[in-house]
Amino acid sequence: MTIPAGSLLTAQDLRKVYGPTTALDGACFSIHPGEVVAVMGPSGSGKSTLLHCLAGIVMPDSGSITYNGREVTAMSDAERSALRRSEFGFVFQFGQLVPELTCVENVALPLRLNGSSRKEAERTALAWMERLEVDDLRKKRPGEVSGGQGQRVAVARSLVTNPRVVFADEPTGALDSFNGERVMELLTDAARSANTAVVLVTHEARVAAYSDREIVVRDGKSRDMERVV
Amino acid sequence: MSVRQWSRDLGMGARFALAGGREGWTRALLTAVGVGLGVALLLLTTAIPGALAERDRREEARSDHTFGQQEIPKADDTLIVVDSDTIFRDRDVRGRMLEPEGPKAPLPPGVSAFPADGEMVVSPALKELLASRDGRLLRERLDYRITGAIGEQGLVGSQELAYYAGGKGLAERLEGPASGARIDSFGNPDLGSPDPWDPVLLLLVLVVFVVLLMPVAVFIAAAVRFGGERRDRRLAALRLVGSDSRMTRRIAAGEALAGSVLGLVLGTGFFLLGRQLAASVEVFRVSVFPSYLNPSPLLAVLVALAVPAAAVLVTILALRGVVIEPLGVVRTARPARRRLWWRLLLPLGGLALLYPMMGQGDDGGNFNQYLVVGGVMLLLIGVTALLPWVVETVVARLGSGGVAWQLAVRRLQLSSGVAARMVNGIAVAVAGAIALQMLFAGVEGNYTRASQYDVSRAQMSADVPEGSDAAPVAAQYRDTEGVRKVTTLSDFHLGDRREADALIQITVADCASLREVAKLPDCRDGDLFAAKGSEYDGDSERLAVPGTRLWAESEESGRAGDRTVTWTVPRGIRQAESREDPTGYERGGLLITPGALPGKLKALMSTRLFLSVDPSVPDAYDHVRNTAARLDPTSQPMTWHSIESNDRYAAIRTGLSVGAACVLALIGASLLVSQLEQLRERRKLLSSLVAFGTRRRTLGLSVLWQTAIPIGLGLLLAAAVGMALGAVLLRMTNTSVRVDWPSVLSVTGIGAGVVLVVTLLSLPPLLKLMRPDGLRTE
Amino acid sequence: MSIGHTLLGLLESGPRHGYDLKRAFDEKFGHDRPLHYGQVYSTMSRLLKNGLVEVDGIEAGDGPERKRYAITEAGVTDVARWLATPEKPEPYLQSTLYTKVVLALLTHRDAGDILDTQRSEHLRSMRILTDRKRKGDLADQLICDHALFHLEADLRWLELAAARLDKLREAVTR
Repeated sequence: MTIPAGSLLTAQDLRKVYGPTTALDGACFSIHPGEVVAVMGPSGSGKSTLLHCLAGIVMPDSGSITYNGREVTAMSDAERSALRRSEFGFVFQFGQLVPELTCVENVALPLRLNGSSRKEAERTALAWMERLEVDDLRKKRPGEVSGGQGQRVAVARSLVTNPRVVFADEPTGALDSFNGERVMELLTDAARSANTAVVLVTHEARVAAYSDREIVVRDGKSRDMERVV
Repeated sequence: MSVRQWSRDLGMGARFALAGGREGWTRALLTAVGVGLGVALLLLTTAIPGALAERDRREEARSDHTFGQQEIPKADDTLIVVDSDTIFRDRDVRGRMLEPEGPKAPLPPGVSAFPADGEMVVSPALKELLASRDGRLLRERLDYRITGAIGEQGLVGSQELAYYAGGKGLAERLEGPASGARIDSFGNPDLGSPDPWDPVLLLLVLVVFVVLLMPVAVFIAAAVRFGGERRDRRLAALRLVGSDSRMTRRIAAGEALAGSVLGLVLGTGFFLLGRQLAASVEVFRVSVFPSYLNPSPLLAVLVALAVPAAAVLVTILALRGVVIEPLGVVRTARPARRRLWWRLLLPLGGLALLYPMMGQGDDGGNFNQYLVVGGVMLLLIGVTALLPWVVETVVARLGSGGVAWQLAVRRLQLSSGVAARMVNGIAVAVAGAIALQMLFAGVEGNYTRASQYDVSRAQMSADVPEGSDAAPVAAQYRDTEGVRKVTTLSDFHLGDRREADALIQITVADCASLREVAKLPDCRDGDLFAAKGSEYDGDSERLAVPGTRLWAESEESGRAGDRTVTWTVPRGIRQAESREDPTGYERGGLLITPGALPGKLKALMSTRLFLSVDPSVPDAYDHVRNTAARLDPTSQPMTWHSIESNDRYAAIRTGLSVGAACVLALIGASLLVSQLEQLRERRKLLSSLVAFGTRRRTLGLSVLWQTAIPIGLGLLLAAAVGMALGAVLLRMTNTSVRVDWPSVLSVTGIGAGVVLVVTLLSLPPLLKLMRPDGLRTE
Repeated sequence: MSIGHTLLGLLESGPRHGYDLKRAFDEKFGHDRPLHYGQVYSTMSRLLKNGLVEVDGIEAGDGPERKRYAITEAGVTDVARWLATPEKPEPYLQSTLYTKVVLALLTHRDAGDILDTQRSEHLRSMRILTDRKRKGDLADQLICDHALFHLEADLRWLELAAARLDKLREAVTR
């Protein structure tokens, strides 16, 4: 597969084996700045592993990942951590908010990891929470807010560093369709206006409909539907 | 409520405890191991008095002679016993030379036949030592053929070094300085009961026991709460399918019961294992046989009942604070603030119990044991009661800091109880240890004293065998490896007449040796000096006058004495100022060089050698002892120490150190277990934090802070309570209160060290948990 | 959809002219297919005949005749009955898609391909609907959601069918 010009993040021929199971078997991927790409496929197909590889969380057994001209697979763990801190944002299905911290502290966390002062970080965090309509929760802890609210807090956190790419792994998986769609709407609106690319792993077509295009992962192999049709 | 319902619920809980898949098993095992370790320590503690009594009994059964016992005539049931104890490196070797005088002579316990002359029977440990490379020097000294082993009944410990050697003509030795006797039986029933315990020592023992056992109790309480959060969730699920709150409580009790019973079983196992291991270790020169370590049945039953009961009680108490609803443990925004007043009551109550006994330590005043134990326990429990309050109060006020600090502080703010519970054990142990250290340091003066010996001048002394010429003996020592200098001093006394009224001490030595006892102007062989300046020379001045006739004092100088020997003090006596000899004794009388001593007086002399040993020569002391044994197997050269201490006091201090080490290790283990458990529960969160780029260092630091903050507070509180308790105990023994800062710091330092080790040990699993695999959905 | 009942329901809030009725209908329900005036006229005369509406007044004007209709008691009852009667669930046998999938399996083609292509096509529509939903008002959202859920249901069925037919093929070809 040829890499489309102007791609922000591309992956070529990724392979990853966990023990007896082959999670990725020659998967490819590419995304442009500001683009929302849905990664679809049945459960166990390797969607999440693809996302983890693209984000530099997991190293593939073979293949190459290029972000902004840099080879991710050649980076050290510290470099990849720094990349995730500064250039990427993350939303997971659940369990990603630190239960002891208040919501605003949770949102401010990535900024603080990047070295911002607490005050400044929390001011920026609050602005993002306003944007995601959860600023009234700032003093509450994750245990005290509903699932939809918590997920919006998580979206605010994923965007707070103005990342170039947001990785969202089933971000609405634990939500009802109303809350789920609201989260998708807020996420994609915010991402589009900030020219942030979104890699969206989901198995729900209605959630995937918020994307610009989709790729399908089946048995560890990826299929870019735009180029097929 | 029917019995069937109860047993059904309890049984259900027990099943939950044991059959929860791998996760459930791990938790049950952790609880059981925790409780088991505690139980093993408790059983061991209950067995110690019995073990010590058994040692005493065996020691008594093999006792052979005492000072001032009745002399008995030689018969066919008599045996000559002569002590030939020795020391190898820093270990005591019990030695006896035996010579049966008839066919019915009594055999010592554990010995089946008398060793013949030149043969010996040895304890297993000694046999092993002699056969090893290390024992080469000792083998030279105990140059007998090994013909048998001493059985267990004849030994007081598995690692005891002991031998019985056969001898010939030992009866003659009884006349000399050797310690021994003619006996017709072993085991002296007339030894009488040992001295009653000094009340202060008794106080120490009581406090040591309480201080060691309290943390174990705290530890067991913590162990049964392993996996508490998961259990709460499970109970919530049970509520959902229709069990009421009483039923859930009973089910939880059943779980705790199952865990603690499993713990009892494991604990018994650990104990039996430890009992076997006990045979192969020697703790501070005390070893025991496994058969000694039998817990007293009453105490064992008490442990077997108290541990499960405590487990259930702790569980029920812990559940009191949580409302388990069908949809999960209630999301309480914040638990009620902890109150201070009742927490303060406990330590104050403890002080109140101890107060009436202030100042009773002197003059054999007695302490009420129950009040002591009760008071100390209350004070220490006070630590566990106050600590959660302290942690909560302080942590609530902690301000901002880095991310690691923020993560740690926030977590502590939300669950300060968990944190406090984790360090309770350490705090109690440290508080107790500080109090004890203070007490020890305070009363140390009463039980140890600096010896008079000047170890910078000589480190050993040896007697010249009776009737031997001192010079060749001294030469032998001088040629011994590691001996730098030998000072030979011979003494005897002469009287003013036949039935002497006044005595004068005569010291015979060469010039070099004389300089060790007096400041001599100059000296040549043949010189005589009168020592001045000693406080013991009452009669010397009158008698040390040239021309005075002096009589040999037969009663004083033993069998060599001859009443008819007289000596006239010659002219030419010079004055010399006396100085302390290496034993710290300042002598008076006459100092005579060998050239000035008439031959007829030589038989009166008893000679002692002072040896200066080169500490850099390995085993120098043992080379000296070998020389001594070569000269006379019953001789026992003395090794000098600058401090002498009361044996029993030393034993208590030893016990404390060993116990404290065990307890801290145990608590460290529990700390590690709960730490790992907490980490596991946060696995998903940790992985996602790593996913968005959190540095591992940040997470590691936050774990460290999370432990270090409560530990720091715990140690501060422990130091305060410990010093208060120490002060009270010192007041009780009428000793001036003085804070022994080095020991306070060292004990708290050890506590802090345990935390550091635990944190370090939990880092590898933490790093493992932080791997992105945690993000994969199960 | 029963246009008669819908128009009756619109009249419940008050009498209206025929043209008003058409406009209200188009605004709320007729996104894709606006009503012809003739349809309104014929429906109203049927309702009038059945006594479900009555003529409230007639206005003469320059345009077409302007009759004002009002709902009768019987009309209100009829609307209530209509709303209370459940619709018969329609068993959408997706015959074309089903045939395609089965054929693919029988001819050893990749059913996954058909699924992926179909999903891509479905998603294309769904994106358009989603976009419209985001820009539209509440009514738009409800209608688009209805369509979206149906499209999603198709996709789910396809996925399930493919997974099951895979097994079926294994069983058949063994």
